[in-house]
Amino acid sequence: MAIEIEQPSVSVGLSKVAVSETHGEDSPYFAGWKAYDENPYEESTNPSGVIQMGLAENQVSFDLLEEYLEQQPEASTWGKGAPGFRENALFQDYHGLKSFRQAMASFMEQIRGGRAKFDLNRIVVTAGATAANELLTFILADPGDALLVPTPYYPGFDRDLRWRTGIKIVPIHCDSSNNFQITPQALEAAYKEAESKDVRVRGVLITNPSNPLGATIQRSVLEELLDFATRKNIHLVSDEIYSGSAFSSSEFVSIAEILEARQYKDSERVHIVYSLSKDLGLPGFRVGTIYSYNDKVVTTARRMSSFTLISSQTQYLLASMLSNKKFTENYIKTNRERLQKRYQMIIEGLRSAGIECLKGNAGLFCWMNLSPLLEEQTREGELALWDSMLHEVKLNISPGSSCHCSEPGWFRVCFANMSEQTLEVALKRIHNFMQKRERRRN
Amino acid sequence: MTQSHRTTEPEHRKPTTATAMRLIVPLQGVVQGRGGLILGSLIPCALFYFLQFYLKRHRSPNPPSPSASSSNLAGLPRTSSRSTLSSRGSLGPVRISARGSSIAKPDDSPYYIGWNKFRDDPYDKINNPNGIIQLGLAENTLCLDLIEKWVSENLSDSIMGRDGDDLSISGITTYQPFDGMMELKVAMAGFMSQVLGQAVSFDPSQIVLTAGATPAVEILCFCLADHGNALLVPSPYYPGFDRDIRFRTGVELIPVHCRSTDNFAFSITALDQAFNQARKRGVKVRGILICNPANPVGNIIPRETLYELLDFAREKNIHVISDEIYGGSIFGNEEFVSMAEILEAEEVDKDRVHIIYGLSKDLSLPGFRTGVIYSYNESVLAAAKKLTRFCSISAPTQRLLISMLSDTKFIQEYLETNKRRIKKLYDSFVAGLKQLGIRCSESSAGLYCWADMSGLIPSYSEKGELELWDKLLNIAKINVTPGSACHCIEPGWFRCCFTSLTHEDIPLVIERIQKVAETCK
Repeated sequence: MAIEIEQPSVSVGLSKVAVSETHGEDSPYFAGWKAYDENPYEESTNPSGVIQMGLAENQVSFDLLEEYLEQQPEASTWGKGAPGFRENALFQDYHGLKSFRQAMASFMEQIRGGRAKFDLNRIVVTAGATAANELLTFILADPGDALLVPTPYYPGFDRDLRWRTGIKIVPIHCDSSNNFQITPQALEAAYKEAESKDVRVRGVLITNPSNPLGATIQRSVLEELLDFATRKNIHLVSDEIYSGSAFSSSEFVSIAEILEARQYKDSERVHIVYSLSKDLGLPGFRVGTIYSYNDKVVTTARRMSSFTLISSQTQYLLASMLSNKKFTENYIKTNRERLQKRYQMIIEGLRSAGIECLKGNAGLFCWMNLSPLLEEQTREGELALWDSMLHEVKLNISPGSSCHCSEPGWFRVCFANMSEQTLEVALKRIHNFMQKRERRRN
Repeated sequence: MTQSHRTTEPEHRKPTTATAMRLIVPLQGVVQGRGGLILGSLIPCALFYFLQFYLKRHRSPNPPSPSASSSNLAGLPRTSSRSTLSSRGSLGPVRISARGSSIAKPDDSPYYIGWNKFRDDPYDKINNPNGIIQLGLAENTLCLDLIEKWVSENLSDSIMGRDGDDLSISGITTYQPFDGMMELKVAMAGFMSQVLGQAVSFDPSQIVLTAGATPAVEILCFCLADHGNALLVPSPYYPGFDRDIRFRTGVELIPVHCRSTDNFAFSITALDQAFNQARKRGVKVRGILICNPANPVGNIIPRETLYELLDFAREKNIHVISDEIYGGSIFGNEEFVSMAEILEAEEVDKDRVHIIYGLSKDLSLPGFRTGVIYSYNESVLAAAKKLTRFCSISAPTQRLLISMLSDTKFIQEYLETNKRRIKKLYDSFVAGLKQLGIRCSESSAGLYCWADMSGLIPSYSEKGELELWDKLLNIAKINVTPGSACHCIEPGWFRCCFTSLTHEDIPLVIERIQKVAETCK
């Protein structure tokens, strides 16, 4: 039965958040993904498809996880008549399962080689680090305030830190002259820039090890960052999501170690974000945490985490997995070794093609310098090259401009989300591409 | 009389001792013109003093580390603007944001105070028989045995799936679409059909999955309204909305009061009045939020009212959010009509309607964090999908649910058994209350009953109601939710959740209430 109703001349409106472009999904970073989705490489069925090198996902130690889950079935179910099921089905406490928090705390300690201690009562659970970063931002800054973030940075921050929170990101410019390290001058300059625009800075957010650089932040720089934050009386957020992906445990220094050395003086301004999506290769599980040395932040974050809780089933499963010291020790060690091996493979492959990368020691990607190939040393030149890489070479890599890099020509290339065979194929394609360019030039 | 004034009263900095009383200066002009000086100022004032006194007397032991001092931080004035905050580089502890500060404050709603007390002293038949019995959390444990049985029979292998399936863990470890696996959307669409109306089919492509109904509601509010806009909400309403919606979106909730004489059904006239009053104040109403079946009253919105509501929304060009989370917990004989059913008949103007659903109530799985936004608006779906990156359902749980929800035979049996068991307990509980002279409103759904204890309150006021609530909590040791926490305009009503009780618990609960009831006569 059709009911004729005169249509309002104006359709029902949506909010500014809904129509805003801050989700950033129109940037090249995401455009590349679309191209991949439309024509994904597959070894046997689509060998000329696009190889995804723009997704920082860790599959190199996948077999270890599979083995664990097969051997420990009671961890992944509730077994026969297990007492846990009922409690788990009902468990929606925003404090998070205690055994899970305990296991997470000890896992984080293991990654840092026991050089820092974590208190399970300071852990707040969230559905992923994405949620953790947004949540912290809501708590630390009001709309219109700013966070200082060193460039180049993870493109997702533009969306995760700004979209619903209404805050601004003021970049701390870093460049290749010193391997993109953060300098005190750059920190001051960023702070002054915010001041000049009458924007209030609430904190600094670093990623350590860095994404997209694939390198750990040096101890001296961490000390400087903490001093800077203390001087300005602002917060310091350290996203340590790649901490377990540092190729050698000793090369990664966590902000937690700095604080411990200082006997936790001025620690109430420091907050650490962690997740199992990268180190443990479990992005589908949606497991993130905020570790804060500030009681008020812990209380507030906990309450706010009701918007982003982890399934109790997952917490239970991981509590079991992460407290299995034999498993975690072996996993962490093996994962590091395999990532280092992959890194070596890609660096050498690129070098033999005449391409240099930033010296890296962590993460699931390398930071590749293609600036010698640019027609013009501009963002447009970089995007033109990115476009040929995507459509001619059929590789999806991430252009530095989407990471707000101040120097054109740098690209982030992920190497851990594919098999070694696929990586060989990718390196061969790059090799051919470079050879073709040489021939064209001669 | 509502508690909305509370959020606009500024505080003076108080002495730091935890037991000091707070001085308040009520802002008469800000109170919504209801009752002028006496009702508008003195009673809320007295109420606030009373609550402070109560808190002082019943301060629970401080939680273990982290240090407890944070919960008593004086905090900034609630309506702080940036200019009043201490400036950059100053001495003193590093500050959190204004919105963070307001969330950090100690809970002052009885809804949360009761929960905290319960957590410190929970009733256990054997280990703590004098503990507090929880009637303040809408949780259903009546059919967990069925789910437990299903899980042990169907998931005796790991979450990876049975031998011979080609499910491997890569199906759950890798990145999945943030708004949920398509298989789960399909299974959920089928489930919602079974629950919300066999006559309606739900389209999986209109489903966005979230980690619980809590973020689903929040995401919708972020998409439909701007900071400072408002939603009309028939009251009494679910106390959690005050947090879930107000915390971060900045959207205001305007209660539209319903009366016991109408069995708390809302009227379009009242909605219209509220809409106009808001407009006079310069506040833009973006939508109406209804809960159907209703919480805390448990009534079902009749079909005609839903049509009228849609007409009203069309006329004002605003949205309708229908939270149908209790749709599978209907034990009475009234016909439940989902918004989806109304829209299936309508050919036009679906863009303004959005349905919320979840598995926490009907399927007793709050721990699994599964919520649904069901919208007819493509733009809302597009925006909501992107926002699910902040609240996705864990993949192993999605796998489990795909299996469970696809087992339509099990679901059918579950839903029928659930209704039967809820009804049985409801009848028993309501009869028990009746013996004490406590009448409950007519309700046909939900995990609670809405009890009129106005005969027991010392004065027909919010203050009187809270005095009774206090007695019930601390003397009778039962945690119920007072109507004022739900913005009920008539004092003396209490929401009593009974679906986590057993039949044996009911006489104990009634006995405890009786002890207090006797002292109130």
